[in-house]
Amino acid sequence: MSKFKFKKNANTPEISTASLPDIVFMLLFFFMTVTVMNTDTLIVANELPNASEISKLEMKDRIITVYIGKPKEPFHETLGDEPRIQINNKLVSIENFGAVILEKIAEKPEHLRPYITVSLKVDKTASMGLISDVKEELRKINALKINYTTFKDDAFQNILK
Amino acid sequence: MASRDEAPKVNAGSMADIAFLLLIFFLVTTSIETDAGLDRKLPRVDNIKITQPISKRNLLPVLINGNDELLVDNEAVDLRDLRTITIAFLDNGGATQADSNYCDYCQGRHDSKSSDNPEKAIVSLMSDRETSYGTYISVQNELVAAYNTLRNRESQRLYKIDFTAMEALYSNAETSESLKIELKTKIRNIQELYPLKLLETERQ
Repeated sequence: MSKFKFKKNANTPEISTASLPDIVFMLLFFFMTVTVMNTDTLIVANELPNASEISKLEMKDRIITVYIGKPKEPFHETLGDEPRIQINNKLVSIENFGAVILEKIAEKPEHLRPYITVSLKVDKTASMGLISDVKEELRKINALKINYTTFKDDAFQNILK
Repeated sequence: MASRDEAPKVNAGSMADIAFLLLIFFLVTTSIETDAGLDRKLPRVDNIKITQPISKRNLLPVLINGNDELLVDNEAVDLRDLRTITIAFLDNGGATQADSNYCDYCQGRHDSKSSDNPEKAIVSLMSDRETSYGTYISVQNELVAAYNTLRNRESQRLYKIDFTAMEALYSNAETSESLKIELKTKIRNIQELYPLKLLETERQ
């Protein structure tokens, strides 16, 4: 019996961390599938409101995105407090807005032009004045399909200030 | 020599570091998809103004003032009641049985002081320049929800499927062409029962 040496292992067995990268890769794949790459740096504050009766914007190539909101902190001093329009990293004034949208439509291929939707991503605290002007401009250039882009959630949360 | 029976272990400690780095990169450069919202079609500019005068009973004026307060048909209304009020207005079917405008699928009160039938019923949404966008969207959401509730009810009665489900299937790129054609006619039928006549204007 004493042939076997009873080796007293004083070390507690190490926790195997071999599965840690697997867990992290799972998180990574989740983010890769659920999110979209942001090509635009937001100059304006853009917290979208909630709505429940929404439809998904299927075709990404037929969408022109317009951001509207008050300028964010670093730009606050130079640009003021009024809501502004941003298209693709540049601020646009309401006078040039029609021309810029027409430019963006001209960049799209011919066969898509009648199906273009303008996606309005407006901050929930922005006031309606500028948005009414934007809608008028869009009517003038005949870009009639618009989408008020929102998160999918209970719409009553929008009014709790 | 003693380690010949066991394969040399690769140190997997740095794998986690690489994975964390990639994860942080993705967290910083991407955002959760927000490509869904309320679809609207703006009216054309060369629209001839109303061809025939709309009688007061066929028009539901919804006004939002600069303080985000709602005024529906000259009565102060809470946002929570807007949906039921709109449904009652649309589904009223005030035209009598003898009238050519009679609505046989309406389940409303058939009040002669409210809309004749859903095709004549117009909801007009007027907002102030100072109204906040969040409230505007909530109101629009409730109005569209009223239309969707009625459309879903009719769609369930006729086709045993929700209208919103049909729309989702139709716009999904993966449904087959034949199914899409079938869905299109059904969707068109339901839309004709309760047409979305929603005017958006700004108070001058």
